[in-house]
Formats: sequence, C-alpha cells, structure tokens
Amino acid sequence: MTGHTGDGLAIRTEDLRKTYKTSRGDVPAVRGIDLRVGSGEFFGLLGPNGAGKSTTIGMLTTLVLPTGGRAWVGGLDVVADPVGVKRRIGVVTQNNTLDMQLTVAENLEFRSRFFGLGRREASRRAANLLEVFGLADRRRAMSTDLSGGQAKRLLIARALVHRPDVLFLDEPTAGLDPQTRVNLWDILRLLHAEGQTILLTTHYMEEAEALCEQIAVMDHGQVLASGTVDELKEGAGAETVITVRYEDPVPGDMAARAGLAGRPGVSKVEADGDYVRVFTSEPAGVLGELVTAGSAAGLTVRDATQLKPSLETVFLTLTGREYRE
Amino acid sequence: MTTTTPSAPADAVAPARVPDAGAVAALIAEAPAPRPTLARTFGAMMAREFRVLRRNAVATFTRAVMQPLLFVFVFAYLFPKIGGGFQLGGGAARPGAGTINFATILVPGLMASMLLMQGIMAVTFPLVMEFSWQRTIEDRALAPVPIRVLAVQKIVAGAIQAFIGALIVFPIVLFVHAAGQAPHVHVTDWAMFALILVAASLLTASLGLLLGTVMDPRKMQMLFAVILLPATMLGCVYYPWSALHHIRWLQILVLINPMVYMSEGLRAVLTPVLGHMPLWAVLLALLGGTAVFGYLGTRTFANRVLT
Repeated sequence: MTGHTGDGLAIRTEDLRKTYKTSRGDVPAVRGIDLRVGSGEFFGLLGPNGAGKSTTIGMLTTLVLPTGGRAWVGGLDVVADPVGVKRRIGVVTQNNTLDMQLTVAENLEFRSRFFGLGRREASRRAANLLEVFGLADRRRAMSTDLSGGQAKRLLIARALVHRPDVLFLDEPTAGLDPQTRVNLWDILRLLHAEGQTILLTTHYMEEAEALCEQIAVMDHGQVLASGTVDELKEGAGAETVITVRYEDPVPGDMAARAGLAGRPGVSKVEADGDYVRVFTSEPAGVLGELVTAGSAAGLTVRDATQLKPSLETVFLTLTGREYRE
Repeated sequence: MTTTTPSAPADAVAPARVPDAGAVAALIAEAPAPRPTLARTFGAMMAREFRVLRRNAVATFTRAVMQPLLFVFVFAYLFPKIGGGFQLGGGAARPGAGTINFATILVPGLMASMLLMQGIMAVTFPLVMEFSWQRTIEDRALAPVPIRVLAVQKIVAGAIQAFIGALIVFPIVLFVHAAGQAPHVHVTDWAMFALILVAASLLTASLGLLLGTVMDPRKMQMLFAVILLPATMLGCVYYPWSALHHIRWLQILVLINPMVYMSEGLRAVLTPVLGHMPLWAVLLALLGGTAVFGYLGTRTFANRVLT
C-alpha cells in the first residue's frame, strides 16, 4: 500500500517506452516519457492522433506492456502488479467496449460484481449510477441500443463502480456532437470537484484548456512540454503566430524585405516553400507588412492566419508544425 | 465564428442533463468498498455467461438440438425405412456381438461431434467478435484478475456448454428412430463416463480458445473447411476406429484428430459391444490434449489481450 516507488503520486512514469514490433520493423510509439500526476489532479495528455497518447494510457492501465522504463499507479508498478493496479483504476476506453450481450443495468451490475460486490449491493450501485448519469429510463435497454452520448456516459459510470483512485479517459469526446461533449465536460468537472484524480487524453486543444489543471503536450511519442495552460503559454513565449501563404515560392530574403528582421517583439521568422511564419509578441501591423512585401515581390497571397497565444501556438512554437487534428 | 443557438442535440430522445453535484458527491463518498477476490471475480464472470445463455436460451437450444436431431432422423429413421439393407459399420463389431444397428454406432460419435461443435461455437465465435469489433475484450481484461484467469474462465464456460450439448443427444437418440432401430446403449461405468465427458468438454473448449485467438476474423469460413469438417468426417463419428484397419494409413493418420479419442472414449463407455480403442490411450489423449491446447490457448490469449 505504501507509495514509496511512486513518490506518493497518483501516477508516475520514468523514461516510459513502447516500441511495437511489426513486419515493417520496429515502430516506436512512446519514446521515454516522464509524467507526475498528483492525487486529485485533473491531468491532460494533449497531442495529435498518433502522438502516443493511447499507448501511454494503455501502459498505465496494464493492457499494453512497456518495452522500457517504469510506471506506477497509486504507488504500484504496472508491470509487477497489474492486478493491484486494475483494482485501483477506472478506464473509459476510446472504443465502445460495453458488453453487447448485456443490458444497460447489467453492464454496471456485472462490473460491480467483478470487483467483489455482492449481488444486492451491485444492483443498488448500478441503480444509483444510472440515476446520476441520466440513464435510469434506459436501464432495461440493450447496451447496443444506446446513442453515442449515452454509451459514453455508461462507459464513465461503469468505470466508477468500484470507486477508483484514478479515472482514465481515452479521447472521451471524440466523435460526439458539441452539446453532448459539453455535457460530458460538466460531469467530469463535478467528479474532479469531488477529488477524483483524472487522466484524460485528447486531441482537442479547447478540451484540454477547458478541463485540465496540468497538461503534457505530446507528439511523436515524446512529451514536448508540460505544466498549467498559463505556464505552457508563458514557456512558449506567449506569442502570436502569423502565417501567410502565397501562390508561389517565397524568396529567401522575404523576412528582410518585409522589414521583420530586428522588428521589436519578433522572436522568429520562418520562410519556407510558399509561406512565411512570424512568431511575435507585438503582432500589430505584421500581417499588413507581409501582404505589402509580397505584392512588391510579385507574390499573390493565398491565405493568411493570425493565432492568438493559445495551446495551438504553443504547439506550433514547440514543433514548428501546425497542429494536425 | 460565434453562434448563440446551440446545435440540435443528437440525444433528443433522452436529453443529456448535468447530474447534480450532491448526487455525484454521494456517488463517490457512499460507494461500497470493492473487495475483489479471485473466486468472486471468477464467479461473477461465470454468472455473466449464464445470464447471457439464459437470455439467448432459444437460440442456444435450437443450435444444440438441430444437428443431432437431423442426423438421428436421417440415419436412424429415414435410412432404415427406405433402404432396408443399410449395414453401415456393421462389420466393425466384435465377432459374436450380433448385428449392430447404425444408431448404436452413431450415439457416441454424435456426442463427440456435438462436443466439438458446441465447444467451438461457445468459445471461438464470441472470442473472435470480442477481439475484432471495438475490442470489447478490454472490458473484462480490466477486471481485477490476471489475464490468464480470464482465459481459463472462457474454457470453463465453454466446456459447460459443450457438456450440456452432448447430453442433449441422449433423449434424441433414445426417442427418434424407426421401429426396432433403438440404439443399444448401456453405461456400466458411470464414473468413467463422466470423466471422459468432462475431459472431452474441456478439450474442445481449450481448442476453441486456441482457435479463437489465432483465427483471422476475415477467414472464419476456413474454420469449417479446415477444422470442423475434417475433424468430424475423419473423427470416427460414423464408424469405429477399429473398422479403419482396412485402410491402415488412414487409421494411423486420424490419430492426430482429437475427435477420434472423444468418439472412441464415449464408445468404450456407452456401447462397449463395439470394438474401441483402449481406455488408457483415450484418457491420455484427452487429458494431454486439454493440457496442450489449454496452455497454448491461454498463452496466445494473453498475447492478444496484452500488446
């Protein structure tokens, strides 16, 4: 029960790695990540599809075996004591993994019994959960008859039957309509307010920003930066990112032509292929300069974007790439 | 772009509502403490199997009854009525055993065939579904037991279904036959009968687990062509093994077929008037086969669940 190996943290990883062996050779999915999630924290793993988030959650929930490093959940090593870890976690999988052969209520009752509750206790627990999650009138329906939003709520309810220390949610709102998504956010906020430790993965910037106290930005199997939303913005310079694309390739001295070199506030200018991108803390007028300079060089502007400091600009600053959803 | 009107809710039937904070607090604070043990979790998983079986009782029962019913109807009722001269398998009887009707030969073979069919239907088909579509196997893989326990649970549940499927053969063969064509079934050693039936059930369920974990779901029809059909046709279902001595190479070749030992074992305890394999060989093959398939099946199962 002591958490000496996990330092009393709800989740801790140390150089955690996973390389999949495939017929096309080794594919590294997670390349050495270090996470520290305190008890009661709402933690977000943010990154585009394929960043390694699901593999990370898979390792923390014992169903994916790490190929390197270590991880502890509730102080227990996920490889050495998977059963102990499974007792302490609730998992909302990305797929609909409800038991298709069972009704809505039975999904909760049998999950409760898997965790050692007696038959009566299990049905009482199921009834309570269905009430709170607004599924009481669907209790006798087969789980396959639920809508996407209802199925997700049932998955969350099922993950909570045994009062887990840590609740894992893998892309909980992917594929849901906006209203259902906001409804789920409210549920998660209430759980968090009651002290539930939550680790969530998402590829939605606004989801991480709206919910998570701590965020780790992942890409290509690595954590690029972590901290609160404000810390991340601060750390990445809190800059506005202006991108202008032209119809033709830009000349190499475009930055100088637009008078951007040495302009106050500008920290970085990229001119590559058909675009120029400027990272600046004083964005006023920069867009106009780029359009004017483009015209002078005989270039037609195709499109232009100006992103205010957000997780999206943080991602751009960290990776030099646009966030691919 | 900003909009003031929310988009139409998809959950129009049951509007999503925000649970109230007090209820959520109670949900967390008043949750009964979980106290899982291996036995409790295993028992709950078995209870889940029986709940599903009960729900699908009609389909399960139909599946289990149709095959033996039609077989018996054709071989023990229709053929004797139309053919008169069918002497199938008669030559296999021990000298002096008198005329053995085909129903007698069929009883143990049919039970063995049912064991295989039910064992595979009960384990392989659901497993292939759980591994492919949405990977619903993850649901039970997160239960607080080692993954191999989950595999063993699937074997036990499948074996129970196979066992029941085999027993269903009894009333059918006893009641469905032409006049004078009743099978001569006489169990002298009930303990041995039970042992063989249980061992055979476990063997088919273990084989079902192994197949379910290695089968490519897109090639399920291969299961019938490559496994079920040859195993049944060459499994001494319709003829005793001893009768194969006319074709020596085949008699030796079929020894790799686990069905042979199930048919012959049941033949030894149900219709001992027919020639049959020695019991020690049958038991060795059934228990050894269960151990080998069980070991391989649980291993491939764990490898598929844990990536």
